[in-house]
Amino acid sequence: MTRLRSIFAMPAAVLMLVTIAVPAGIVGVYSVLSRGAYGGVELPWTLENYTRLIDPLYGGIFLRSIALAGAATALCILLGFPLALFIARSGTRKNLYLSLVILPFWTSFLIRLYAWMFLLRDTGLINTVLQWLGVIHQPLPLLYNTGAVLLGLVYGFLPFAVLPIYATLEKLDKNLLEAAADLGARPIAVLTRVTLPLCAPGIAAGAILVFVPSLGTYITSDLLGGSKTILIGNLVQNQFTTARDWPFGAAVSIVLMIVAVFLMFTVRRRGEELL
Amino acid sequence: MLEVRGLSKQFATHRAVHDVSLSVERGAFFSLLGPSGCGKTTTLRLIAGFETPSGGEIWLNGSRIDGLPPFRRNVNTVFQSYALFPHLTVLGNVEFGLQHAPVADAARRVRQVLEQVQMSDKQSRKPSELSGGERQRVALARALVLAPDVLLLDEPLSALDPQLRKQVRAELKALQRQTGVTFLFVTHDQEEALALSDRIAVMRGGEIEQAGTPEELYQKPETRFVASFLGEMNWVSGVGIRPESVCVARDPGSNGSLPGRIAHTTFLGPHRLLTIQLEGGEVVTAQTAANTAFNAAESVHVYWDPSHELRFPS
Repeated sequence: MTRLRSIFAMPAAVLMLVTIAVPAGIVGVYSVLSRGAYGGVELPWTLENYTRLIDPLYGGIFLRSIALAGAATALCILLGFPLALFIARSGTRKNLYLSLVILPFWTSFLIRLYAWMFLLRDTGLINTVLQWLGVIHQPLPLLYNTGAVLLGLVYGFLPFAVLPIYATLEKLDKNLLEAAADLGARPIAVLTRVTLPLCAPGIAAGAILVFVPSLGTYITSDLLGGSKTILIGNLVQNQFTTARDWPFGAAVSIVLMIVAVFLMFTVRRRGEELL
Repeated sequence: MLEVRGLSKQFATHRAVHDVSLSVERGAFFSLLGPSGCGKTTTLRLIAGFETPSGGEIWLNGSRIDGLPPFRRNVNTVFQSYALFPHLTVLGNVEFGLQHAPVADAARRVRQVLEQVQMSDKQSRKPSELSGGERQRVALARALVLAPDVLLLDEPLSALDPQLRKQVRAELKALQRQTGVTFLFVTHDQEEALALSDRIAVMRGGEIEQAGTPEELYQKPETRFVASFLGEMNWVSGVGIRPESVCVARDPGSNGSLPGRIAHTTFLGPHRLLTIQLEGGEVVTAQTAANTAFNAAESVHVYWDPSHELRFPS
């Protein structure tokens, strides 16, 4: 049986190895090599790419990225939890609402971001309508700022918060909620004392699923943030393209990966302590 | 005192409870007994406030409670699955109810109730670390610590293995006497109901078939259903007779005994059951002493005192 199970796991394991472990290994090797004149990498081996990261300039980018990803995660959980609760209590309409949550995935994320640009830009739908209504006379600066990036992240990753929270709410024993009410807890106390703590694993999973891709995002900040909002993702992209400094880009990627894994394990450990 | 008047619950597709009236005296052990789907659990859930009645009234100590949400009713429930909060310790579970209605002597009450259910030494365990019997005791403690006017128990023994069930049954009865709390107990197990209750209401198809003391229900059942549901019952020519009232002899008696043949005998420890095939084709079970001289395949005659016969209009 164990053998059969491991055979079943093989295809996915091989795929993961080839598409994740091997590239990560290559990136790791690149990060300790020297920069090639026209991109690429050359010998000798060096740790200079990592020591360069000590510059406060990069520390600032890391902190800003972590803060933005954290804000996006918090907003996704704050918006996602009530939504998941609503769906879980919707009886026969559950499946309809769930498919609505997943519906945006049917369109490319890139196209959806362009749609946001169309909505947010100075001559976009929102500003045009507001000006036409006479609410404003100058277009509001909705696009090309940190707020727009945050909006894009929350919009893009909200389903990743909703789905795991919904899954834990769905599994939640209804008798526990009745028992809490039976013992005198008002609805708000049932929510904070029973529903929320028992949902902690789903909230933690949702938080990780939002936080990790938000931390490494570059399309969202590239399209909605303009040149003002440089995040780690953009830094990496720049090093591999315009700056032609592959080893430094690789080093930034490795540090990003370490930060993400560290934060993930911290959240998980805290989650296990709670339960 | 708990009074239920004409209580009904209509679900989308079926009528779960219909015109149920009952009154439970303060300090009584009252059982709702019936097969699954008879409406006993729905009745309990209506009293707890988890379901809204379609009709009827529920009164508790002189005030009407059927419009109140569960957290405003001074009744507490022991769930069939116990529904202990998995993220809280034994102590956390027991303290849960006291945190919503602060009382002066909370700590003392928690300590006392944990002693009563003998869980003091395990108060820092999580429910997942407890045995079935221990969980049941925590569920009892969690409800009893709030000193409810009525404790509602939904088949609290059914999740326990049979060995443990009898022991816990005795503990439950002792706890009820000790605390003096009114127990409203739902069960499908007639033996359990007979052993524990001061009064029993037998339910069938959402209605109360008969209510009374265990003795009344056993000795003077008003319907065939009640007669069959409580204890064993033989049906001979439309007349009911309990196995313990059936006498067996080798020779025909003077007052019209029925001839038959012992099909098989069943040893039950303190007594033995004889299954007798009558010549008329009907089968009668007789309860005899364990060391009875009768053997399988023997020809016998059965008779009984006609005053023990139970007759029902059909």
